[in-house]
Amino acid sequence: MTVALAVSVAQSEPVDDALVIDGEIEITTRAKAPEGHPFEEVLSGWLYRTDETRALEADTFDNPGMLYVEAGEDVWNRVEGTAGKSCAACHGDASESMKDVGAHYPKWNEAAGKPFNIELQINACRENNMGAEPYKFDAPDQKALTTFIKHQSLGTPIEIDLGAGDMQAWWERGKERYYTRTGQLNLACATCHEDHNGQYIRADHLSQGNVNGFPTYRLKQADMVSLHNRFRGCIRDTRAEFPAAFSDDLMALEVYTTWRGEGLSVETPAVRQ
Amino acid sequence: MRKGTSAAAMLLFAVATAAGAETVKPDDVSFVDMTVASLTDAPGDAASGKLVMVDRKLGNCLACHQVSDASDHLFQGDVGPALDGVATRYEAPMLRAIVVNAKHVFGDQTIMPGFYTLDVGIDVAEEFRGQTILTAQEVEDVVAYLQTLTQE
Ligand code: HEC
Ligand code: HEC
Ligand code: HEC
Repeated sequence: MTVALAVSVAQSEPVDDALVIDGEIEITTRAKAPEGHPFEEVLSGWLYRTDETRALEADTFDNPGMLYVEAGEDVWNRVEGTAGKSCAACHGDASESMKDVGAHYPKWNEAAGKPFNIELQINACRENNMGAEPYKFDAPDQKALTTFIKHQSLGTPIEIDLGAGDMQAWWERGKERYYTRTGQLNLACATCHEDHNGQYIRADHLSQGNVNGFPTYRLKQADMVSLHNRFRGCIRDTRAEFPAAFSDDLMALEVYTTWRGEGLSVETPAVRQ
Repeated sequence: MRKGTSAAAMLLFAVATAAGAETVKPDDVSFVDMTVASLTDAPGDAASGKLVMVDRKLGNCLACHQVSDASDHLFQGDVGPALDGVATRYEAPMLRAIVVNAKHVFGDQTIMPGFYTLDVGIDVAEEFRGQTILTAQEVEDVVAYLQTLTQE
């Protein structure tokens, strides 16, 4: 009995702790919210995790997500497709060419007439520049390569350009979706992540639902989880049908939620429960 | 009842009851001053109600609430208030209203789902479409259990 109570009386707010990876890279886990944001301060999901989970992210040797960074580097250097090229053939050393790139995605893509996230950009390069098939959603190589590219922005604050193309309209659409209640349980993203963050729901602490750690290593699944997979999981938990990965609905949501976490450092690969 | 009631009429009555004709349908539930009258003509069963509340596929109430009487179930949430002593705070008709559709009691912004309503969010997954989370009898059972929670 007492055990049960000890478990259920959980810490109910984000911790006061600093994330410095390998004692070197300072991660901004609290930032002043951008203009027009419902919060004054945006907080990384890291602050809502247990001591053990937080420690895993603070040490790259312990972080299981680093294996995917390494796998992604292999994919980066691998020749694929009819053009006989690898990513490295055009982009060279990713630590230079991809440095801080991931911190500014999603980004307006003029040719496609819509925002691109890293996954869509990878697929475009595979199709247009390599003569390779686009990845299917959540193919292991897609997750590894995305993790590798995002990791080149580790520590860099997220900032996206809403002035480009029609980004503002996508932001509006994403916002609309964020506040729309879905499913039999009748919940919106905002119901959980805005109204109740800091609280304990079903064995999990609700965070603000920021996206700065994606792809994220989830201990529960013992795997990397892509952002659109997470979106779909949260929507499914409301007992609703979820939109396809990279659909306009989820791209709009990615634009909006990325803006909501502006100022936070990229943490990829973050570690979460 | 008049003496001459035919066997056929009795049978019809029995069939109708089994088919749930005595159960108030979700769209017919009426809220009066944040209260709802009994949804069935069978009294609720508290023991069953507790099972409904702890079952993650049914009430899953412990996702958000703590109930000391169910402390053998781990990971109780704190999104909503602890339900210990809730029977001293509300009468049964209001407890029922809360469970049927909390929005009528706490307002549209509440996170608490409506357990016996079809007034829900968009894009409901196919397997749940047109259905309530709990049946009328399960709601009655839950309300019966909540009424046993008299200790703070
Ligand atoms: C044949 C050359 C070529 C190959 C091979 C290639 N790319 Fe590209 N990539 C480009 C060019 C050119 C651009 C910029 C223009 C554009 O958007 O197409 C670009 C843009 C990008 C960007 C966006 C950079 C930014 O600043 O926004 C990313 C990310 C990227 N590529 C990743 C990859 C990955 C990952 C691979 C391998 C799967 C790859 N590229 C393969 C030529 C290539
Ligand atoms: C029923 C409550 C609920 C709803 C509704 C919900 N989420 Fe979540 N979400 C969670 C829980 C629980 C977690 C895991 C704990 C955490 O990180 O907050 C989570 C995690 C996340 C994360 C990962 C945060 C991190 O730091 O790794 C993101 C991003 C997210 N949610 C976005 C959304 C979006 C966007 C929506 C709406 C489409 C949504 N959520 C709807 C409960 C919910
Ligand atoms: C997703 C969260 C959630 C779930 C699941 C949930 N509730 Fe609630 N409940 C709340 C919140 C939050 C409140 C407080 C009112 C508010 O803030 O809207 C509440 C209030 C209540 C109250 C009034 C308590 C008081 O002391 O004022 C009762 C009774 C109640 N809930 C019963 C239940 C029962 C029974 C179930 C399951 C069948 C359930 N709840 C499921 C979130 C939830």
